[in-house]
Amino acid sequence: MLGGALVTIRLTFFSLLLGLALAIPIAFLQIYGPKVVRRFISVYERVVRSIPLLVILFLIFYGFPRAGINFPAFAAAVLGIGIRSSAYQSQIFKGAIQSISGSQMKAALSLGMTSLQSFKNIILPQSIRIAIPPMANESAIVLKDTSLAYALGVIELLRQGGYIISTTYRPLPIYLAVAGVYLVMTLTINITLNKFEKRLKIPGIGIEERVR
Amino acid sequence: MSEEKKTILKIEDLHKSFGDNEVLKGVSLSLNKGENKVIIGPSGTGKSTLLNNVNRLVPPDRGRIYLDGEEITSQNINKMRQEIGFVFQDFGLFNHLTALGNVKVGLTKVKKMDKQDAQDLAMEELRRVGLEESAEQYPAELSGGQKQRVGIARALAMQPKLILFDEPTSALDPELIGEVLNVMKNLAKEGMTMLVVTHEMGFARTVSDEIIFMENGYIVEQGPPKQLFNNPDTERTREFLFKLTELYGEGDE
Ligand SMILES: Nc1ncnc2c1ncn2[C@@H]1O[C@H](COP(=O)(O)OP(=O)(O)OP(=O)(O)O)[C@@H](O)[C@H]1O
Ligand SMILES: [Mg+2]
Repeated sequence: MLGGALVTIRLTFFSLLLGLALAIPIAFLQIYGPKVVRRFISVYERVVRSIPLLVILFLIFYGFPRAGINFPAFAAAVLGIGIRSSAYQSQIFKGAIQSISGSQMKAALSLGMTSLQSFKNIILPQSIRIAIPPMANESAIVLKDTSLAYALGVIELLRQGGYIISTTYRPLPIYLAVAGVYLVMTLTINITLNKFEKRLKIPGIGIEERVR
Repeated sequence: MSEEKKTILKIEDLHKSFGDNEVLKGVSLSLNKGENKVIIGPSGTGKSTLLNNVNRLVPPDRGRIYLDGEEITSQNINKMRQEIGFVFQDFGLFNHLTALGNVKVGLTKVKKMDKQDAQDLAMEELRRVGLEESAEQYPAELSGGQKQRVGIARALAMQPKLILFDEPTSALDPELIGEVLNVMKNLAKEGMTMLVVTHEMGFARTVSDEIIFMENGYIVEQGPPKQLFNNPDTERTREFLFKLTELYGEGDE
């Protein structure tokens, strides 16, 4: 079962990473971009969030090859889950960015920073801190969603469990064990990000208020 | 032209509208090196808009602005902004950086200054505003007056030719206003060129070289404080100054 758990971890990690890589520029453009781009992005988010993940995965894995685009099952799963997560992560970052006062952006510009420099040096470091708690939540959701990669034949935790059941015929203990592993992994994510949050903590940035 | 007479800021026929709200209707003024001018005027008159037009945080519609003889345009704006300090009413401090970090960040990220040099210069500027002890504190740990002094140190560190102040003490509790005004007064003494929007009449009276009274998008009257207080050209100026003095006191300095 360890092998399956590792695949689940890898799926989760790469999907989140892809989601993050897409989400930050999306959030940036959605706030600072030209109107056409902003409109396009809200349509993207709406569409991605309205389609069931399984349908996205099937579309990529079974549909795309008909257009000549082939992905191995693992990559297709990461792509599908990552794209879906990007639509949620971008919302998280958009909120975090907007919660930082406009006067800080003005102050950064008034020092002669370009808007990109202001974003990178001033806005991003603060929004990342604000985004950690909702990101912990999103990570747990992505972790659970990776079980859908089962349907593409990726041998992750759930499918691995299925294989074990097909030789042992003991679904109850095996599925309970699978559930237990998911639980442990989710808790690990939460505890780790919680530690991270504490370590990055700066007085006055979003985090204290939550504790009260 | 002697050094003192050098024009640092020249604003010519500035216009700005927001939709059909015409806020600036042709404003011209100039500031020589080392001069300190105070802008006063009722709320909504366009004082902030004027300052924001200078460094194009809000780009003007029409008119020209020159810094030290060079026109400020959207092309050279990032370079120009390095030379124009801006002090905000609500401080605009970067909350994830310490006081020192706030002063340093423009030096390292914009001026690409060496880390140690930036550190030394930033510390020097904090000392100048009396905050070396608070260097490692975050904005949330500072009082309003301390925050604004960090804001001033941050502007100073860039070695600007001019500093714009937009109501630097309006967000402060009364007992904290003095420490900020003192820092500004010292800057004026040291010869910093400053354009200050404020209602602090004490500061205007004793520190400024000229008071500019704005209303409804125009400059109604400008001149040395003595002249405006004692012998204004227009009745409107007299009324407004009287009201301000009633509201904010004489500023017995
Ligand atoms: N970004 C903006 N969009 C639309 N209208 C604006 C904007 N900024 C300012 N205005 C309007 O322009 C007018 C002048 O505003 P401004 O802030 O320059 O006045 P002010 O003289 O600084 O007033 P106060 O003393 O209240 O600070 C106001 O009517 C204001 O509502
Ligand atoms: Mg104003």
